[in-house]
Amino acid sequence: MKVLVAVKRVVDYNVKVRVKSDQTGVDLANVKMAMNPFCEIAVEEAVRLKEKGAADEIVVVSMGPKAAQEQIRTALALGADRGILIETDEELESLAVAKLLAKVVDEEQPGLVILGKQSIDSDANQTGQMLGALTGMPQGTFASEVNLGEGTVDVTREIDGGLQTVSLNMPAIVTTDLRLNEPRYASLPNIMKAKRKPLDTKTPADYGVEVAPRLKTLKVEAPAERQGGVKVASVDELVEKLKNEAKVV
Amino acid sequence: MSILVIAEHDNAALKGATLNTVAAASQIGGEIHVLVAGENCGAAAEAAAQVAGVSKVLLADNAAYAHQLAENIAPLVAELAANYGHVLAPATTNGKNFMPRVAAQLDVAQLSDIIAVESADTFKRPIYAGNAIATVQSGDSVKVITVRATGFDPAAASGGSATIEAVGSAHDAGISRFVKEELAKSDRPELTAARVVISGGRGMGNGENFALLEKVADKLGAAVGASRAAVDAGFVPNDMQVGQTGKIVAPELYIAVGISGAIQHLAGMKDSKYIVAINKDEEAPIFSVADYGLVADLFDAVPELEQKL
Ligand SMILES: Cc1cc2nc3c(=O)[nH]c(=O)nc-3n(C[C@H](O)[C@H](O)[C@H](O)COP(=O)(O)OP(=O)(O)OC[C@H]3O[C@@H](n4cnc5c(N)ncnc54)[C@H](O)[C@@H]3O)c2cc1C
Ligand SMILES: Nc1ncnc2c1ncn2[C@@H]1O[C@H](COP(=O)(O)O)[C@@H](O)[C@H]1O
Repeated sequence: MKVLVAVKRVVDYNVKVRVKSDQTGVDLANVKMAMNPFCEIAVEEAVRLKEKGAADEIVVVSMGPKAAQEQIRTALALGADRGILIETDEELESLAVAKLLAKVVDEEQPGLVILGKQSIDSDANQTGQMLGALTGMPQGTFASEVNLGEGTVDVTREIDGGLQTVSLNMPAIVTTDLRLNEPRYASLPNIMKAKRKPLDTKTPADYGVEVAPRLKTLKVEAPAERQGGVKVASVDELVEKLKNEAKVV
Repeated sequence: MSILVIAEHDNAALKGATLNTVAAASQIGGEIHVLVAGENCGAAAEAAAQVAGVSKVLLADNAAYAHQLAENIAPLVAELAANYGHVLAPATTNGKNFMPRVAAQLDVAQLSDIIAVESADTFKRPIYAGNAIATVQSGDSVKVITVRATGFDPAAASGGSATIEAVGSAHDAGISRFVKEELAKSDRPELTAARVVISGGRGMGNGENFALLEKVADKLGAAVGASRAAVDAGFVPNDMQVGQTGKIVAPELYIAVGISGAIQHLAGMKDSKYIVAINKDEEAPIFSVADYGLVADLFDAVPELEQKL
């Protein structure tokens, strides 16, 4: 079985971004970039399937600027076999990403497509589900456990009330939640080896997909700053403040 | 044009987030219809018909919708969407699961997690874990939107008298199957609806120690939450996680105990009215958002707090 993994280049999760003073977006100049953490979990899951013998090839795909090669190389160093970069400087919305992925799915015919549940920059949480609609595949979103069966896959999902398990006909889509696995680090020899693994570069036009955004961002503002409060010296003072000042207890 | 709100429910009762979503719809303006899709969900539809501001309830009662499988719900919603200018659902794990599938089927973008309505086509939504707020305008013919409950005061659960209309069409894609559900049972208020939330982090040390927080919660009628670190460590179940990728809460009082205050955690609670932090590290970032910070060992401070409340 072939597994297709989608990885996105985003601002590193440790960075607290700042809004640009002209309110056109956030300042990404000289900011550390990395693979979206949920995509790391997606790559790890695919690698584990391959190690168990359940997958024989892992194809990793990313869409974005040329520099997104770095995230594909990282995935290759972690154990993916081959990469596809669909290069564009357009800011891609989830719908455009899903349309491109649908074309790749058509070409590659994977048994499983693994994505992150959410990009930590756009916080969209859409692409996997949209890919489901476009390909007609079932989806196991927010997965904390994935078990392959015969032509089906059981996915345990993190939902508001607890956990839900669904059984999906394959080919299927899985989007990862935080507790699906703990991603490994790439070793130096594997990073070197990854440089020789194949990486194809394409453009959205190669797939005949229109990627212009549907939504117009009118402005991007900083959230209302919280006023830092006071330190209280004791539990007594805390209780007094909660009762008499905040009046919440 | 009318607005379609997709109800969140457990077949018997409406979930609170539905009321916040109706409130968002009423800010957009237009007739509000509510879809209740489920199995034996007549009671939920009756409840939806009582919600203030709702003029019609569409009831899709079919075994295919029993467990809200996205593969079956999405085509139903997409079919109904033809008659509406907006389709709204709460940004719960359920809404997040099927709505993008609806959007893609309609070939429109989705606006995730809106926190404000500027006009019928312009909305505010947080990005980068709430470190920026984007104002976005949609030119799509149908606007598919998920609504962050904490952004909108709930519509009144009673006072309405909507008609209920059955929707016949049954979509059973037959490609996915419900296997089982393990739902946390608790007598406490729901995390996202509670007036007071007390959350524990890695500093709690283990799951048993959460009993300390539960005692305080009992006194305050509070819900108990957790940081990701506490969930990952297995102290408590996943449904208690508050944050960017967990639940978003905005209670009147949020008490963070043994939580450092990573941006991903703050994203889930910094809109609370009052924040209390109890942490033994006076440099912990949580103190920068706390109205009242107490630098103390939680194992001393929390039992004392419980006693003195
Ligand atoms: C993609 C992604 C998504 C994430 N989503 C979330 C999310 O939704 N929610 C979330 O919470 N996190 C999330 N995180 C994780 C986040 O980055 C932090 O790692 C996490 O919030 C830390 O949890 P913590 O504060 O409990 O643990 P720590 O950072 O380890 O802090 C523990 C705190 O407890 C204090 N402490 C220890 N012992 C005591 C004591 N006896 N008395 C008093 N204080 C004590 C310490 O001083 C310390 O400040 C996410 C991370 C990533 C990468
Ligand atoms: N530009 C992209 N390139 C590759 N994968 C992407 C891209 N954008 C989104 N994805 C995938 O879709 C997931 C969810 O993203 P989103 O819908 O943007 O929150 C991510 O974790 C990735 O797996």
